[in-house]
Amino acid sequence: MTDDVDRNRRHFLTLATAVTGGAGIALAAIPFLSSLKPSARAQALGAPVEVPLASLEPGEMIRVEWRGRLVFVVRRTEEMLARLQQVEAQDLLRDPESKVTEQQPDFAVNGYRSAKREFLVIEGSCTHLGCAPLPQFQVGPSDDWFGGFFCPCHGSKFDLAGRVYKGVPAPTNLRVPPYRFIKDDVIMIGAETGAA
Amino acid sequence: MARIESEIGTPKGGFMKWIDDRFPFTETMKAHATEYYASKNFNIWYVFGVLAMVVLVIQLVTGIFLTMNYKPSSAEAFASVEYIMRDVEWGWLIRYMHSTGASFFFIIVYLHMFRAMLYGSYKRPRELIWIIGMLIFFVLMAEAFAGYLLPWGQMSYWGAQVIISLFGAIPFVGETLVEYIRGDYSISDITLNRFFALHVVALPLALIALVFVHIVALHHVGSNNPDGIEIKYHKGLDGIPLDGVAFHPYHTAKDLVYIIAFLMVFSFVMFFAPEMGGYFLEHANFEPANTMATPEHIAPVWYFTPFYAILRAVPNKLWGAILMAAAVLLPLFLPWLDRCRVKSIRYRGWIYKTALGTFAISFLVLGWLGVQPAEGKYVLMARAFSVLYFAFFLLMPYYTAIDKTKAVPDRVVYHG
Repeated sequence: MTDDVDRNRRHFLTLATAVTGGAGIALAAIPFLSSLKPSARAQALGAPVEVPLASLEPGEMIRVEWRGRLVFVVRRTEEMLARLQQVEAQDLLRDPESKVTEQQPDFAVNGYRSAKREFLVIEGSCTHLGCAPLPQFQVGPSDDWFGGFFCPCHGSKFDLAGRVYKGVPAPTNLRVPPYRFIKDDVIMIGAETGAA
Repeated sequence: MARIESEIGTPKGGFMKWIDDRFPFTETMKAHATEYYASKNFNIWYVFGVLAMVVLVIQLVTGIFLTMNYKPSSAEAFASVEYIMRDVEWGWLIRYMHSTGASFFFIIVYLHMFRAMLYGSYKRPRELIWIIGMLIFFVLMAEAFAGYLLPWGQMSYWGAQVIISLFGAIPFVGETLVEYIRGDYSISDITLNRFFALHVVALPLALIALVFVHIVALHHVGSNNPDGIEIKYHKGLDGIPLDGVAFHPYHTAKDLVYIIAFLMVFSFVMFFAPEMGGYFLEHANFEPANTMATPEHIAPVWYFTPFYAILRAVPNKLWGAILMAAAVLLPLFLPWLDRCRVKSIRYRGWIYKTALGTFAISFLVLGWLGVQPAEGKYVLMARAFSVLYFAFFLLMPYYTAIDKTKAVPDRVVYHG
């Protein structure tokens, strides 16, 4: 009886069963894995937010929430803007020309990293490990600090345009969210298309 | 009828026989307790396995009772923990038992692992016990991390932010992976809900299964001992190892004394210092999660700080994450990194003794550095001790091969 076993046939059947079963498991895994993605509701809650800027005084900053993320809006003074060039001149920045394209929409690839030079709109999430950087806009006390954002978690430093300093753990500039001016003094954060 | 009787035995023989004919109860008890022989010269280092089981039970029981009052939603989580602390009868005790238990779990597991390094318990034929043990350690880390998010305090939120962001350092798939972990564009109610599921169902199941396999593997090859010799090579005429005594009642009776002493220490901490000065329960976590502001000083709970210090010692995101992962994973390879044939530190040379001592000190100092601010001298120290930490593992194949060892005795000996 046992001598009659067709080994090839049995081997083929075992293999075919294993492959079919394996494919079945892989297909069955899809719904489970997909359920881990942001749900339809989570996506809907990521809708754009409107931020009026009229009451924002020069040199001041407000915190806004978009998609559960922290967004800083800073109205920079002329003096603060002038400091951006000072940081560049001293060669302290890792990516002064915003060459890493994922970190900002195209309209913000400029010396101010913004649509309008005085308004900086930037995500308050350190590109190292996601802590919220602290605004420290005054110059000093150290020679190489021209004001900007300092991350308390691991010491990453960013200038007043959210550009990352050299020699800190954060690899890239702070991210500029997509936004646009819907009026002269109102922005819509999360609206994909660019400048005013 | 006769056929069935021959298969499962006759009804005579009492209740235990009725059970044993259907389930190998007596046989299992013998194999794993009353006729499982472990070395008679166990010292205090050999108690941490049993204590880890005790803490596991404490965590499971208190965890089940906490679940009855906790609400896994970002709107209610923080308040429900406060509700447990203030309004549920004895709720504070159950919660402190659970939070104190978490820290003690790590103290015990770290000592248990160090015991294995002292006496070469990871060496042949116990490599798999060690690897399963390391898997238990990984699951335990995930379990503790998921659990820490649940109170939804400031440190819960920002600690999770930092650790989850670490996965974003993985090239190409990182950002997508982070979205799959969070289930949202930021850490939110959705993240909390799924961490709850992992913390109370998935990871405890994995933990219990792994502990079971850990013990099955241990009882298959037999326990090591402080002399690092195999007691089963010297058996009496009755087939029992001459240097072994039955796990039950001999080791269990001794362990009971240790368990009582441990519970006294545990109770002292739980009643008088449940926050342990901000190390067991961090001060910032008594404030509800605020997505708009990171606490000024952010540090993980103490049991993650050695690895966290290594992460911060590297001024590069990807390399920091890689080195931290390496620091956690390297012990897995100990059975093959250690080329010395002698198991126990008692008979190993000065090189290994120095190396192990340096490693232990590095681990403790890194742990301390992990709670210091990441600046100036602390970063430099973290770099120096990270180098020592890695050197212990990476140079091990060389220094263990040239180290001079002493003669290992045939039978176990007593010291002091």
